[in-house]
Amino acid sequence: MECDGRVKENRMIVAKDVKKTFESMGNVNEVVEKVSLEVKENEFVVLFGPGQCGKTTLLNLIAGLELPTEGKVFVNGKEVTGPGPDRGVVYQTTALFPFCSVMGNVEFGPKSRGIDKKTRRERAQYFIDLVGLTGFEKSFPNRLSGGMRQRVGIARAYANNPKVMLMDEPFGHLDAQTRYMMEEELQNIWQKEKRTCVFVTNNSEEAVYLADRIVILTNTPTQIKAEIEVNLPRPRKYSDPEFLKIRRQIEDICEETL
Amino acid sequence: MKKKFDPEKVLYATASIVFFFVAWWFITTFTPAKNTTPGPVEVFVLLITSFTKPIGEYAILGHLIVSMRRVLVGFGCATILGIILGIAMGSSKYAEAIFKPIFELLRPIPPIAWISLVILFFGIGELPKYIICGIGAFTNVTLNSYTAAKNVDLQLIGCAKMLGTSERGIFLRVILPSCTPQIFAGMQVGLSTAWMAVLAAEMVGAREGCGWLIQRGSDTLNITLVMVGMIVIGTVGLILATVMRAAERRLCSWNVMGE
Repeated sequence: MECDGRVKENRMIVAKDVKKTFESMGNVNEVVEKVSLEVKENEFVVLFGPGQCGKTTLLNLIAGLELPTEGKVFVNGKEVTGPGPDRGVVYQTTALFPFCSVMGNVEFGPKSRGIDKKTRRERAQYFIDLVGLTGFEKSFPNRLSGGMRQRVGIARAYANNPKVMLMDEPFGHLDAQTRYMMEEELQNIWQKEKRTCVFVTNNSEEAVYLADRIVILTNTPTQIKAEIEVNLPRPRKYSDPEFLKIRRQIEDICEETL
Repeated sequence: MKKKFDPEKVLYATASIVFFFVAWWFITTFTPAKNTTPGPVEVFVLLITSFTKPIGEYAILGHLIVSMRRVLVGFGCATILGIILGIAMGSSKYAEAIFKPIFELLRPIPPIAWISLVILFFGIGELPKYIICGIGAFTNVTLNSYTAAKNVDLQLIGCAKMLGTSERGIFLRVILPSCTPQIFAGMQVGLSTAWMAVLAAEMVGAREGCGWLIQRGSDTLNITLVMVGMIVIGTVGLILATVMRAAERRLCSWNVMGE
C-alpha cells in the first residue's frame, strides 16, 4: 500500500513531509515543519542545528517516542508507530538504569527480548569490550565518569542489534578532552560495527568529524536548510584544511539565517 | 567503601550507652527518685530471672516471640498490600483517582484509634492484633511506594520501550527497582509504627506479649517489670532496624554505594 515506505534499494530511514506540533494551554506550537529526509543503509547522518531547534523532536519521531502530527516515518520499510528494538537510542543524559550494573544495562535489551543468558552475556561482553569498559562489568553507573557512562549507553544500544542508531547529543555534557576522545572512539566503533546512524549535535566540529552527510536545520519550526556531503577519508583530522573548509561552509550557511 | 568497624565510632557509641546507664544509676541512687524508680541493677536482675521464671503464661522470650510474630505478620501483609496499592496509585491515573482520596482520609487516623473497632469486628484473637500492626505499617509503605512510583524517571521507561521491553518487563525491571530505596525507607518507618501498634493492641486485649508485660507491671505497680518490658522493646526495635538496613544495603547496593 505504502509505496513510499518500501525499501528502495537501501533507504533505511524515510521521513515523508513530517510535521509535528505541540499543544500546550491552547497554544499550538509548531516544532517541525514539513521535513522530508532519507538516510541510506549504514550512512552516518548528522542533524545539525541551533540550540533550541526541533532536532531532538525529529530524532524522537524516528525513534517513535513521538508520533508525527502529519506525514509518516518509515524505518526499514515499516511505518514507525511507536518505540521498538529495531532502533537504538543513545541519550544525552545517558538514561542508564541506575539499579543495573554495566553488564545489566548492556544486556537489558537482549534480556527483554528473551534471548538466553549465555548468548546475551557473550553479546553484551563483546560490546563492553568494544567500547573499552572491560573490567567494569559489575560497576554501577553512579561509580562511572561521564565518558564511561556514555560508553555504556552506546554499548547498550548496540547490544540490542538495532538496524538504526539514533544519538541525541550524546557528548553534549562531556568536557572538551573527553569529547574528542569519545568522538574518535565512536568513529572506530562505527567502522567496526556499521549501522545506519542519525546523530544530533550543535557542534560543527563534531558534525564534520563524524558525518557522511550533514543535514543543517533551521530554527523552529524546523526545516531542512541545506545538506553537505563530507567525503573526507577517515580517520579525520580536526586541523586538516579541508576539514576547516567544511566547517566554514556550515558556519556561512548558518549565518544566512540571522 | 567505608571501613566496617571504625574504632573511634565504637568508642563514642560505647561511651554514650555507658553514660546513659551511669546517669540512670546515679539518679535512682542519689536523688529523691530512688523511692519510686528502680535502678539498672534491679531491672537487670529481674530481666535475667524472667528468662527462666515465667510471668503470666510465658517467660520473657515467650512474650517477645508472641509480639514479634504479631509485628512481622501484620507488617509483612501490610508491606505487600502497601507496595501494590502505592505503585498502582503512582503509575495509574485511575487507581490514583479511586484510592487516593479514601487513603488520604484514613491515613491520619493512628492505628491505636482503630483498636476498639477492630476488636468489635474480629474479637480478641490473633487476627485483630495483626490488623492493628498492619494499619500502622500500611500507611507508611503505601505513601512511600506511591511517591516513588510517581517519580519514576520517564526517560528510563521510554528507554526500556526502545529496547523492546514488554509492559510487564517495564514494571518488574524498571518501575519496581526504581522504587525500592524509597519503599525501604517507608518500611523502616512502617516497622517501628507496627512495633508501637502491637504494644498498644496488647495493652487492651491480650494475655501475653511485651505490651501485656508493661500493662501488667503498671496494674500491679511493679515499675521494675515495666522497665524490663521497655528495655526488651528498645533492644528488639534496634535489632529489627539493623536487619532492615542490612537488607536495604543488599538490595539497593547501587544506591548506597554512591554515597
